[in-house]
Amino acid sequence: MQKMPQWADVFLIPLISLLIAFFLSGLVILAIGESPIEAVQIMVTGALGSTYGWGYTLYYTTNFIFTGLAVAVAFHARLFNIGGEGQAMLGGLGVALVCLSINWPHWLLALPIAIVGGALFGAAWAAIPAYLQAKRGSHIVITTIMFNFIAAALLNYMLVNVMRPQGAMDPASARFPEGASLPTFQDLFATAENPLFRGAPINVTFFVAIAACFLVWWLIWRTRLGYQIRAFGHSETAAVYAGISPVKITIIAMLISGGLAGCMAINNVMGEAERLVLNSVEGAGFIGIAVALMGRSHPFGVFLAALLFGFLYQGGAELSLWSNIPRELIVVIQALVILFTGALDNMVRMPLERMFLAMRRSDTAQSERKPEAAE
Amino acid sequence: MDFATALQILDSTIRLATPLLLACLAGLFSERAGIFDIGLEGKMLAAAFFSAAFAAISGSVWVGLLAGIAASMVLSGIHGLASITFRGNQLISGVAINFLAAGLTVLVAQAWFNQGGRTPSLAGDARFNPIEWPLAGVMENIPLLGPVYAELVSGHTFLVYIGILAVPASWYVLFRTRFGLRLRAVGENPGAVDTAGISVVRLRYTAVAICGLLCGLAGAYLATGLAAGFVKDMSAGRGFIALAALIFAKWRPWYALSACLLFGLLEAIGNRYQNIEVIGITLPVQFMQALPYILTVVILAGFVGKAIPPRAGGEPYVKER
Repeated sequence: MQKMPQWADVFLIPLISLLIAFFLSGLVILAIGESPIEAVQIMVTGALGSTYGWGYTLYYTTNFIFTGLAVAVAFHARLFNIGGEGQAMLGGLGVALVCLSINWPHWLLALPIAIVGGALFGAAWAAIPAYLQAKRGSHIVITTIMFNFIAAALLNYMLVNVMRPQGAMDPASARFPEGASLPTFQDLFATAENPLFRGAPINVTFFVAIAACFLVWWLIWRTRLGYQIRAFGHSETAAVYAGISPVKITIIAMLISGGLAGCMAINNVMGEAERLVLNSVEGAGFIGIAVALMGRSHPFGVFLAALLFGFLYQGGAELSLWSNIPRELIVVIQALVILFTGALDNMVRMPLERMFLAMRRSDTAQSERKPEAAE
Repeated sequence: MDFATALQILDSTIRLATPLLLACLAGLFSERAGIFDIGLEGKMLAAAFFSAAFAAISGSVWVGLLAGIAASMVLSGIHGLASITFRGNQLISGVAINFLAAGLTVLVAQAWFNQGGRTPSLAGDARFNPIEWPLAGVMENIPLLGPVYAELVSGHTFLVYIGILAVPASWYVLFRTRFGLRLRAVGENPGAVDTAGISVVRLRYTAVAICGLLCGLAGAYLATGLAAGFVKDMSAGRGFIALAALIFAKWRPWYALSACLLFGLLEAIGNRYQNIEVIGITLPVQFMQALPYILTVVILAGFVGKAIPPRAGGEPYVKER
């Protein structure tokens, strides 16, 4: 018997958790002597008040959709992939190698190959922790953390010693050729009399991210593999009894997860920077954890949560410009969201469950009384 | 490499190993009691900031130390609340604590000091200063032994010695006292401990509190011993290296000392040399930075001496009714 209706599980609990997180963030703003209401105003106008703001918000959203989906797919197999950061870094390397390999004639040709490159590199970086978890029983959380650091060192080495053009000072790759440049929303939607999205980095990758949401939904709920992943996540012993190989599912789920994280690089490396720089991921891999937790590992939830974090990210940038509140406020909000929707989930859930149980009991008590009255 | 250079590298090895060691022992207590803690990094960072901030305001490093420990223990309390009382996911809680510390330290630093997320530089009594051991000056003239005594044994800060003393102390507490036996048992089989009439919840909270205390020392050492003040993200992954060292040490105190000294040595060498030639192959500095993590993965993979974590680690304990 379910303790509470599904809508409460899917909407009410994340909503209450989010409200607690926002309330505490408001207290933090008050404590450092700023006005929370003013902060919200700056964030809303900065992130949603213009097509420029929307352009940035949706750009960040695109990043977070990829990393959020990556964490979500792993969650379905009850694997906690903290390595999204490193996998996205390696995805950047893959995308950069594809973009720099030949002089691309058109972005429509470059994009699919870049997607494959980013996904392959991201998946490859997830493959070793996946193999170690599946075959050797090494805890995937620890190995993926270690691989984040190894990825950072590897990328640093590649940029400083291998990919840096001759004579350049900063550790970054050469600029990508013109033909690998993805059209931004400004190129797509702005007209001479109506300059929409001017200067904002949002580009066609946004549509790729939406497509990825549908693909993940289809994979998890409409395919045999998705069923196996979910079955394995619910109960490993039952899955084994049903003939599902834990090794196979662990590795496949992590490959998909790493591939999705790697795909993020199409947005930030190919779409925005148009060259590979150090620290291009900027913590998006970790925000994926918050996004997946808030979105309850469902692609639509991930999309909504990514949108929320895109808004917070762009709003936070505006906040540090126009007020005395540093950008790190967003990190605090992110931490509180992870804390309340992830770790302290039971703190919200237990009282709610008790409340719903009490309501049901009084309902059944009433319905039992009625027949008595009829007799 | 001559003798003097080797001594200098070993000297900085000890200094760089101390925060790792304190954090590693912190993780040891927590994980031996069955509470996984990937929030060591965040606790260190919070302690680093609050120790530096209070030392800067009060002018006394001891006030700073207490503030650092308090900050770290508050975060430990949150971790305990999430993972013991509300039986949440310990890993997710650790991730949240890391971010909470990363964000809050900069936010508060900006509000208090307005220096772009750092504290003012500490000097004099606001820092831990080197303690000169007796006769260090006199003995320096004795060949070999004298410089070793003067450089390696003498002339470190208070917390370095605390860190080294914490190793036998942790070993004694964990392996020679009743409390230690119970603590280890609660990490292996909490049901058995509960059956014996000992509170699992209280034991685990105690372990988490000790973890907070030691992380507080580690963080305070970072900001008031190793450096002179707090800068944004100054823990720089040390909490994770400490976690790596803990796995490397297979959850044992003396092994933890050697693992931390090894990782400290790697950092010291990496700081001193850009590239290192080993039998004709040039190792880039990035490889040295990644080496602790690579070694940990190798150990975790079980190809060289398998590391087996406490059996009940990461599992919330649900009392049967």
